Order: sequence, then C-alpha cells, then structure tokens
Amino acid sequence: MNIKHHLDEATLMSYTAGSMSQAMALVVACHLSMCTACRERAHESEAIGGMLLDSLKPAPVGDDALAQVLACIDGLPEAEAEALDASYKDTQSCSENKSHLNIGSSVPSPLSIYIGSSLDHIEWTRIVPGVHYHDLPFKTERGGVSRLLRIAPGKAMLPHSHDGNELTLILCGSFTDEVGRFTVGDIADLDNEIQHQPLVDSNEDCICLIATDAPLKFSTLLGKIVQPMTGF
Amino acid sequence: MESKPPGEDVNNVVAMRQAEAPKVWSDRLSDLAKTKEKALYIQLFQHFAPKVKAYIIRLGLVETTAEELMQETMLAVWRKAHLYNPSKAAASTWIFTLARNQSIDWMRKQKYPEYGLESWHEEPDEENDVCEQVITSDRMAKVISQLPEDQAQVIYMSFYEGRSHSDISDRLGVPLGSVKSRIRLAAGKIKMMWSDEV
Ligand SMILES: [Zn+2]
Repeated sequence: MNIKHHLDEATLMSYTAGSMSQAMALVVACHLSMCTACRERAHESEAIGGMLLDSLKPAPVGDDALAQVLACIDGLPEAEAEALDASYKDTQSCSENKSHLNIGSSVPSPLSIYIGSSLDHIEWTRIVPGVHYHDLPFKTERGGVSRLLRIAPGKAMLPHSHDGNELTLILCGSFTDEVGRFTVGDIADLDNEIQHQPLVDSNEDCICLIATDAPLKFSTLLGKIVQPMTGF
Repeated sequence: MESKPPGEDVNNVVAMRQAEAPKVWSDRLSDLAKTKEKALYIQLFQHFAPKVKAYIIRLGLVETTAEELMQETMLAVWRKAHLYNPSKAAASTWIFTLARNQSIDWMRKQKYPEYGLESWHEEPDEENDVCEQVITSDRMAKVISQLPEDQAQVIYMSFYEGRSHSDISDRLGVPLGSVKSRIRLAAGKIKMMWSDEV
C-alpha cells in the first residue's frame, strides 16, 4: 500500500492518550492498521504515556488487592487462559492479513467489527443521486459522529470548513482536493483552519470513513453535498 | 517556571522526575512472559499497581472503580504477558496501554478502537533496539519535565485527564489550532531529543 497522507502528530497523540472520541478513534485505528509508518509513530507516542505512568505518585491499593488478583490467576484454568489467548492471537493475525490486502474492497480490522469484512454488503442510504451514507452504530457520545460515505465518480462536496477536527480515510477509490490526491489508505486529517472541496476523480465510486468531533457541523456538511459536478 | 494558569494543576508534569531504571521492569516483564513465575509477577504488581490506580483516578474515576479497573489491568498483565515485546515498548508503556483501554472501555461501555496488538508480538527486532527503547523512555521523562509549561500542560491534559482537543481548547480558552500546535511542538521536542540520543 502506498500511503502518502498520514495522521497529524496532534491527532496521533490524542489517540494514544485515549482522549479521542470513539468516532475519531475508529478512523485513527483504521489508518494505523493500514500504515506501518504511523504505527511506528504511535509507539513513540505511547512511550510518552508509559513515561507519565512511571512518573505518577503511587495511589494506595486495597490491602487484599494482590491476594485477590493472585486468586483470580489461580482460578484461571490454564486451558481456558490459553484458549483465550489463542483466539485473541487468531483475530490479530487475521486482521494483520486483512490489513495487507491492497484491493479496493478491504476493510481494516477495527472497522470490520462494525460492518464485517466486506464493503459489498453495506446498507446505504441515499442523500442525493450518487451520494450515499451509512452510519456506524456508536452509542450516543458527546461530539462523536462517524459514518461511511460512498460518492460516485465526478461528484464533489461543496467547499467546507469545520468547527472541529475532521478525519477522512479512503477505503476505496480516490478523491482530490486542495491538499492533494487521496487514494486507498490515505487519511485527510483536517482542522478548522483548512477549507477543502473533495472531488471524486476516477471512474470508481469512492468509499471513505469520515469522523468529526463536531457533529452539528458534520450534518451541515452532509447537507451541502451537491449534484453532479457540472459547474466546476 | 512562569505563572500557572488558574485551575489547571501542572505540578506533576513540572516536577516530574526521571523514571527510575525502567529497563529493570521491562526485563522482569519479558521474563514473566517466559517463566510465568509468580515471584516476578508480585514484584511487577507492587511496582505498577499503585501507579495504574493513580492513573485511573486521574482520569476522574472514583476510588472503588479505580481499584477494580486496576485489578483488571494487572490481571491482563498476567494473561497477556506473552504478547509483550520489549523491543517495541518499555514495560510501563505496555502497561499504560492496558490501563488506558480498561478505563476507556469501562467509561464508554464500548471498546476503544484498537489498531490491534499485532505490532507487540511481531518478531523481536535486533538486540540494540531494546536499549534504544529504554533510553528513549528514560530520556522522555527528562524532556517532558523541560517542556515549556503550556506544552507540558496539553500533554498532561491529554494523557492524565483524557481530554479531547476541543475540550482542552474550551477549558484553556485558546483556539483548537493552538492546542494542536502546542501538542505538535511538544511531540517535536520529544522526538528531537530521541534522535539526538540514538
Ligand atoms: Zn500513516
């Protein structure tokens, strides 16, 4: 996979700190599962978390905490523990394989939890001709929206800016905006200082996973998706 | 140090001392993975459990919940020890990610999207990478304590208080873009020290 557009450092830090909304974190996790370079950077950020943990003043734990945990460990049947770990490993290696597929229909493992392993069976809702969306079933959470968008060739969104951050990960196809050309695996990591107008620039539908941390603005954005690009 | 913004306690960052001999703990954790020896686990527990609990309390959870999540985290240390890869992370880093995920999953009642732990159990890299990781974690403690206060503060609010960029922006009354550029600057400094060291 030839990924050219990566995560912003601040975005990565927010993700590794665990301080990012569920919706945004999903997009970040998907890019990380596709992008070795950003995974390396994520490890660096996590090292900051480790160092902060090192530096914390210890809090007193329950007198019997160690005894309780040891009892749990002893109560854990060896076979069960290994089975758990084995199944865990299976999912992991499976997802690793998936993330290495570079065909357009691959679904990164963090997303496959929600939609399965194929982009072919998604229930799309039409907004306007050529533009469809599918919402991901997140529990209500302040400031978190993420959804899949499927945009037909030649369609575009109106220029827009954001109140907050917006992440767009390309799963299939490509688009071009003021920042550059985005293909599978690329992430557009934008904040409110950037104005852009993505245009689907090939003869294939573009499917992307989008999240914002400002949901109202996001609806506005969707409302502004326009008809075929005649005037541009 | 200059004046502190009211209401935001950054003392912990400013006063942060160099982490003590993290390599010892990384060695113990990887030994635990190989031997499953209780004595090693008990040492790790006694060192990390109080820190894990302190971290969870800082995220804003009540004492009893923090105790419970700490125990879950420490149990995960035992159960997942074989996934720990010392060439990728110091013990504290790995345990931090376990504690982070336990806490977030509990708070949100859903799983924090993970990019998979596959990277933790890739083939270990060459031996000198182990040293590099340890030096790095060690150096970072110093670097963070030397960051300008406004940069240390956004790192602190992200990692210790679990605040999103927009939340930090609201609380500090600075634009979102400034929050992000402070974090970028901090990250840049940390990584510059990192590359100086190697
Ligand atoms: Zn990347």
